[in-house]
Amino acid sequence: MRILPFAISAIITGGLVFALNKQWGTIPPMGKFLSPQHGFWQNAEPADEGFDETLNFPGLKGKAEVYFDDRLVPHVFAENDEDLYFIQGYLHAKFRLFQMDLQTKAAEGRASEIAGPIAIEFDREQRRLGMKFAAENALKEMESDPQSKAMYDAYTNGVNAWINSLKESALPVEYKLLNFKPEKWTNLRTALLLKMMAKNLSSGTEHDLDYTIAKSIFFPDELKMLYPQVPDSLVPIVPKGTVFEKPGIVPVAPASADSLYFGNKDLASMEEYSRPDKNNGSNNWVVAGSKTQSGAPILCNDPHLELSLPSIWYEMQLKTPSSNTYGVSLPGSPFIIIGFNDSIAWGVTNSQRDVKDYYKIRFKDDTKAEYWFDSAWKKTTIRIESIMVKGGKMIQDTVAYTEFGPVMYDNSFGDDRSKHQNLAVRWAAHDASNEGFTFYKLNRAKNYDEYTEAIKTFSCPGQNFVFASKTGDIAIWQQGKFPARWEGQGLYIMPGEDSSYMWQGFIPQAENPHSLNPERGYLESGNQRPTDATYPYFIPGTYITPRAITIDHYLSSMNGIQPEDMMKLQNNYFNTLAEDALPILLGNIDETNLSDKQLQFLQIVKDWDLMATPDSKGQTIYQCWWDSLESAIWRDDMSIHSPPALMPEEQTTMELLKKDSLLRFIDDISTPEIETLPIVVTNAFKKAAVMLTQKESEGKLEWAKFKDPTVYHLLKNALLPFARAGLNVGGNGNIINAVTHSHGPSWRMIVHMTTPTEAYGVYPGGQSGNPGSVFYDNFIDSWVAGKYNKLWFMRDGDKTDKAVKWKMTFSQ
Amino acid sequence: MKFIVSTVLTGVLAFIVGLYFPWWGIAVSSLLVAVLVHQKSWRAFLAGFLGLLLCWGGLAYWIDMKNNGILSSKIAQVLPLGGNSFLLILVTGVVGGLVAGFAALTGSYIRSSK
Repeated sequence: MRILPFAISAIITGGLVFALNKQWGTIPPMGKFLSPQHGFWQNAEPADEGFDETLNFPGLKGKAEVYFDDRLVPHVFAENDEDLYFIQGYLHAKFRLFQMDLQTKAAEGRASEIAGPIAIEFDREQRRLGMKFAAENALKEMESDPQSKAMYDAYTNGVNAWINSLKESALPVEYKLLNFKPEKWTNLRTALLLKMMAKNLSSGTEHDLDYTIAKSIFFPDELKMLYPQVPDSLVPIVPKGTVFEKPGIVPVAPASADSLYFGNKDLASMEEYSRPDKNNGSNNWVVAGSKTQSGAPILCNDPHLELSLPSIWYEMQLKTPSSNTYGVSLPGSPFIIIGFNDSIAWGVTNSQRDVKDYYKIRFKDDTKAEYWFDSAWKKTTIRIESIMVKGGKMIQDTVAYTEFGPVMYDNSFGDDRSKHQNLAVRWAAHDASNEGFTFYKLNRAKNYDEYTEAIKTFSCPGQNFVFASKTGDIAIWQQGKFPARWEGQGLYIMPGEDSSYMWQGFIPQAENPHSLNPERGYLESGNQRPTDATYPYFIPGTYITPRAITIDHYLSSMNGIQPEDMMKLQNNYFNTLAEDALPILLGNIDETNLSDKQLQFLQIVKDWDLMATPDSKGQTIYQCWWDSLESAIWRDDMSIHSPPALMPEEQTTMELLKKDSLLRFIDDISTPEIETLPIVVTNAFKKAAVMLTQKESEGKLEWAKFKDPTVYHLLKNALLPFARAGLNVGGNGNIINAVTHSHGPSWRMIVHMTTPTEAYGVYPGGQSGNPGSVFYDNFIDSWVAGKYNKLWFMRDGDKTDKAVKWKMTFSQ
Repeated sequence: MKFIVSTVLTGVLAFIVGLYFPWWGIAVSSLLVAVLVHQKSWRAFLAGFLGLLLCWGGLAYWIDMKNNGILSSKIAQVLPLGGNSFLLILVTGVVGGLVAGFAALTGSYIRSSK
């Protein structure tokens, strides 16, 4: 034996193995990662992969079969509910484990475990907002009812059955890249997932912090003008003219409100840590048989969310002898969330209602152990949050809980420019509720009464549940647990020193805005304010006005409707806001000093048909011009304060300019000259033209090229190769086809209530979460083209149909 | 002949070991082959290297073919290899080959006399 060469080569070998078995920064352990028998190659699913399997789990009560069609949509046939949701959990985990694990860890404020120090502030925000606190409260409610608990337990067991059977080589490729392992599923994690949805849809539908800044700048009448409660052009969800009953609860403003609240300009402002996308909205509508060619209602829904791969939705059919439901589910939760059964169809859009308020807290001292409340020092409940950070470090964060809720912002968390006020958050999502079980009941509802029964306990996030039945009923309910507010309550940060500013109760459920079988034969929602000004409650929110106007415009004039017409409408590109805004722009521009290039842009926008099609140059020019104008009008006025106040909604700006071309805000107060609307409009155009010229030289003047629609992987820029970029699709947030750069219709569904049911759907993704599968993104091209998949509502007699591609058999 | 035998044996054994043990099992098996089939050290290195280049490279190539390159083209951008699947297969083979080569080299010194 040659000792020295042996030793040297042994050290090299050992060193090589060590280096290749260790993660270096973001580089995964390369030996393991590259090994064709362990690493990512194992995720490269054969293009002709089969999914036939026979599986045995002792937890099952009976036998079940899962039939997959050629799009890998599972049609689950079980003998009872428990087995049904066990299998749903199993399939979610089999095809979407990574997203379930990642999203619930993020919801809980544990992203740092995966992403490292970069995510610490995100995690702190989640914990300070009380996400886990909210999920714990929900869990108690979810498990208090034995039937409900049984369903969640079955689902959890199904997820864990997959996790337990998972070999390391079969881990989703993201685990291999990031070098971590999935964690066992629990009912709490299901609750966390639903709270993640609650955060996306009901945390940020208030502007308390922004409006508090504005309150210190503007007079009360200006505030009403800049941030109006009821837009002039509103087309509400509940048809105008609906008579509302006398309110069941009349909240009373505290005696000190004028001085301590409305008149108080000292409540120094602070910026929110983060806000969900303001385009988190959706469309849904339903037309009655009187307006369709077949005489049966047609229901449509397209929820707009941040688009992602894997998609937030997983399509499936869930059938037992007593229920039969088809639609999309949320991996991480049992039940079908949007879909139809043998008798009814339903869909949801976000209510946009303000269900979150901030209260200024005065602590006795830095221990945060006591705060001043109702003329006495009251004890807080201290919750110590431990955040594990990848690499072994642990961060601790102290959060004080008050009567209102957790003190989210304090001297250890908040914007540096703020005065580090202590702000407690009162958020409806903290209250115990069982949103999931609404869907259990909805999946089985047979008629209008059972639909209202199913949704009436749904608390947060408030949703517009649109409904159609085979018996011809159409309806919509804006459902949620909404605080009954006195006029102005919760628009701004409220004093937190006494109980008189607390929520005094909730709007009685029966008084939530709703409509059943209106004479006009259709109902629609697009995140607009649900009612006109006659509704007897003060209901602030971050409503979106234009889409609902467009939908109403089309539906009101349509007759003899067929599903194909609805497909066209869901993919419609008409820019309603531009219809009103463009005349303001074109009517005020001074063309005398424009360059040839500028005149060329102007001609394009003059000839524009108001359609935001993918190849539209007019839409690009209009949008840049309008954005530039908004900035010119508002930036100076809003920046008096730092951080600046919130710009009014573009709808508001348009309405203000339409009404008053001499609006005082048009003048740029940072210059000695007085700017008029023609000057500002012309300057805005010239400014936009600079950017447009640049874009044109890059070949990006067409709208789709300009906004570069992209469906990112959940890990965003960290995994760009897993995304689909440069999609040729038009639209915008305020247009029915609401595709922005990375946000838009996450599922388009059309259900024709004929017998048998005729249904269509498509989402921008694929059934498999595996980037190495042909089913990862195979629906995207159809979605871009506005095409739909025909949804196969499989019957017992179809089990030998040639549409069945694969079959899984489940038994004990 | 010895060279071919040890190359093939290294490759086959690496495949079997990979079915039951962590990825670094290839280092152990390649070392064992070099001890059993004794060769000059540089030949042992080359046999180990080639054995795994063929085993890992071949497996990767086979998997990639069946997958129509869907995943490899993405991973070859993450890594970054310009989205070139063939390069990724080559890198896979070379990394396996280097580990096995040095393990075999180590093994060859165990039985070699001065």
